[in-house]
Amino acid sequence: MIEIKQLHKYFGALHVLQGIDLNVSKGEVLSIIGSSGSGKSTLLYCINGLEEIQQGQVVVDGTTVHDKKTDINKLRQRLGMVFQQWNSFPHLTALENVALAPKIVKKASKDQAKSIAEKQLKHVGLGDKLDVYPSALSGGQQQRLAIARALAMEPEYMLFDEATSALDPELVGEVLDTMRLLAEEGMTMICVTHEMGFARDVSDRVAYFHQGVMEEVGSPEQIFAAPQSVHTQKFLANVR
Amino acid sequence: MDYNFHWRPVFRKLPELLEAGLLTLEVAVLSMVLGITIGLGLALLRMKGPTPLRQIATTWVEIARNTPALFQLFFFGFGLGAFGLHLSPYLIVLAGLTFNNAGYLAENFRGGFLAVPETQVRAARSLGMTAVQTYVRIIIPQVLKIVYHPMTNQMVWAVLMSSLGMLVGFRELSGETQFFASKTYRIFEYFAVTAVIYYVIVKIILLASNLVARRLFKY
Repeated sequence: MIEIKQLHKYFGALHVLQGIDLNVSKGEVLSIIGSSGSGKSTLLYCINGLEEIQQGQVVVDGTTVHDKKTDINKLRQRLGMVFQQWNSFPHLTALENVALAPKIVKKASKDQAKSIAEKQLKHVGLGDKLDVYPSALSGGQQQRLAIARALAMEPEYMLFDEATSALDPELVGEVLDTMRLLAEEGMTMICVTHEMGFARDVSDRVAYFHQGVMEEVGSPEQIFAAPQSVHTQKFLANVR
Repeated sequence: MDYNFHWRPVFRKLPELLEAGLLTLEVAVLSMVLGITIGLGLALLRMKGPTPLRQIATTWVEIARNTPALFQLFFFGFGLGAFGLHLSPYLIVLAGLTFNNAGYLAENFRGGFLAVPETQVRAARSLGMTAVQTYVRIIIPQVLKIVYHPMTNQMVWAVLMSSLGMLVGFRELSGETQFFASKTYRIFEYFAVTAVIYYVIVKIILLASNLVARRLFKY
């Protein structure tokens, strides 16, 4: 379970997260929607400790993320992350991209790491691209590679930071399909997304962020059919 | 033209010249190994070091780049000599070239590091890699590709720069050539042959560098 309590985050004078309270339970798929600059991506970075916080706390399965005593590298193994810019490692083949972290972080043997990588690449439909370098993959394939790379650490949670925003429109589908597949398999997911269809169809809950505040959170039906907050109503009217 | 070319005395000394060529290569390679190590350190200090160390690194880079290499050699020879520290000609050249290489390479490396997107660090750290693992496994290999050809250039430059060694009494290829040339007065012939030897050494370095690059950078 991920528990976010009264989380405040500043970039200098900019108050980007203004007291966020949010729990995500095991097996849940939460989509976070909202306009750019609303703090939703920053929230993800706070969950896996890539960003410092100024107040409040984030607790993952009982471990406080920003506690100095926390072994953050160990904790991050529980939290897979997929980025908007897919960030595949250009100097490594698809297989090496996925096998590297199991090998050097989890100390898996070379063979184990390789078989984990093969399994995960097949999982995301890249079983025939094992020895290809990222430069020879399309954006959608690179993003699926990034998903496989995160899954190879066998995380409990997956954080998706606008995983489809940088893709050509015709490549969005294959990545969303992969994310759907994970959701069906019961993965706990927090997806910052601009894909309203995905948020509506796949999520258990949807949260709407506006200027650093979580305006409302609820079931997809509730958010999309009967949004309470004026900001949510306005946002949804615009994206439709 | 009333000059008669005499090549034979030069060819008789070819073994000595080639041996001196090896010495040239040795000091150039050593100065590169040291230069790369120190240059990497200087680049990191310039980007992330505490202020005093950053200033020292910047000063090093500026002196190495803004003054003639010959003067840098003279500093390690006559400069330190004036303070009673007498280095051997070999060490003078090695120190001078290392100083120069480190300064130039530091700037190449800095550019290389800045060219790798910060998001690569985030991606690696998000997988649980430590900062050191991230640098060794993800960042430095990418930097290496970016700086590889500038580094080869610097290696060539180090070979050619080492010829300044003859001005501090070092018997590398140029020093040896000068020595024989002044004994026989076959100055043109000796330096012409030596130029060919330099050419071949550099050619071999470039070929080797390309071969290695093809093996290292498949992407």
